[in-house]
Amino acid sequence: MHELAVTENILSIALKHAKQAQAVKVTDIYITIGQLSSVVDDSVQFHWDIMSEDTICSGAKLHFNRIPAEFFCTECQTKFNMDQVLAPCPNCGSIRVRIVAGEEFFLESIEVERKGDDSL
Amino acid sequence: MNTRVTVVEKIMDANDQVAVLIRDKLTAKRILAINLMASPGAGKTTFILRTIQELSSRFRIGVIEGDTAPVTIDADKITAAGMPAVQINTGGECHLDAMMMSRGIDQLPLDDLDLIIVENVGNLICPAAFNLGTHLNVLIASVPEGDDKPYKYPNIYRGLDVLVISKTDLLPYIKFNMEYFKQGVEILNPGLSTFALSAQTGDNFQNWINWLEKQIAILKQNG
Repeated sequence: MHELAVTENILSIALKHAKQAQAVKVTDIYITIGQLSSVVDDSVQFHWDIMSEDTICSGAKLHFNRIPAEFFCTECQTKFNMDQVLAPCPNCGSIRVRIVAGEEFFLESIEVERKGDDSL
Repeated sequence: MNTRVTVVEKIMDANDQVAVLIRDKLTAKRILAINLMASPGAGKTTFILRTIQELSSRFRIGVIEGDTAPVTIDADKITAAGMPAVQINTGGECHLDAMMMSRGIDQLPLDDLDLIIVENVGNLICPAAFNLGTHLNVLIASVPEGDDKPYKYPNIYRGLDVLVISKTDLLPYIKFNMEYFKQGVEILNPGLSTFALSAQTGDNFQNWINWLEKQIAILKQNG
């Protein structure tokens, strides 16, 4: 249930960048989440709808780009994705593996409307 | 016509920035701080009390207790053991964050401490996402919780500096496959320093104490 704190952070980062871009409205938020980050999309969306209400982010749609957990076996150099459960290298059975992707958690970009955009 | 604005900012960045300030402050004062995480009932408070008991003749220790409810049960036990304790009520939040930690250390007598132990909220998910500015992340995994925990909560194992496998005195009575457990840990955090012990009986507890003393000494020397 730390999605409340997470959502607060997303809102404050989005508002900061929207202000810098002189936006009048934020329509879309693009978030990158690795499979190994323990964040629940639905819960973030739920908090978001309430928290963003009186801001220029109100009504903005959240897009979650899920990055699969990817491992690299240091024994046999095989790259493999984590299925459902953490497991040794499917090729050689070694547990000498490195996690190369799946721990990302950042706000990638936002889509905004700017003053005068309509007249373009 | 919408405009796409590139952001690429870590969502936990605001917390991480506060954490860096805390760590710098504690390092400058030569105080080692450890963030003790575990599930509810893993024996965090018992572990802390025994650690205090073993170290209190040589070191001054402060404790920050994180709890979701305004109960001072844990903090009272620490105070009874003769060490300063601060209770942080997270107001229902499932974790401590760097801001709460900052308020916690401000209430401790920092000029009179060698070690701060932070007892995080009992939870294996949320505390993993929030840096507190401590020097070491420690997880207590008690064997009755089961051998599948690294597989179910990979995130918390990733960020650890030390793992304590506790309640080993219960191993004869439960099904716990140590090999399977350690395989999960090794995949997530290769070469992680691990201590298997019982805080109740004291079995192998001295290994942890020796290691911790060494960490305090290293920080005192090098900062």
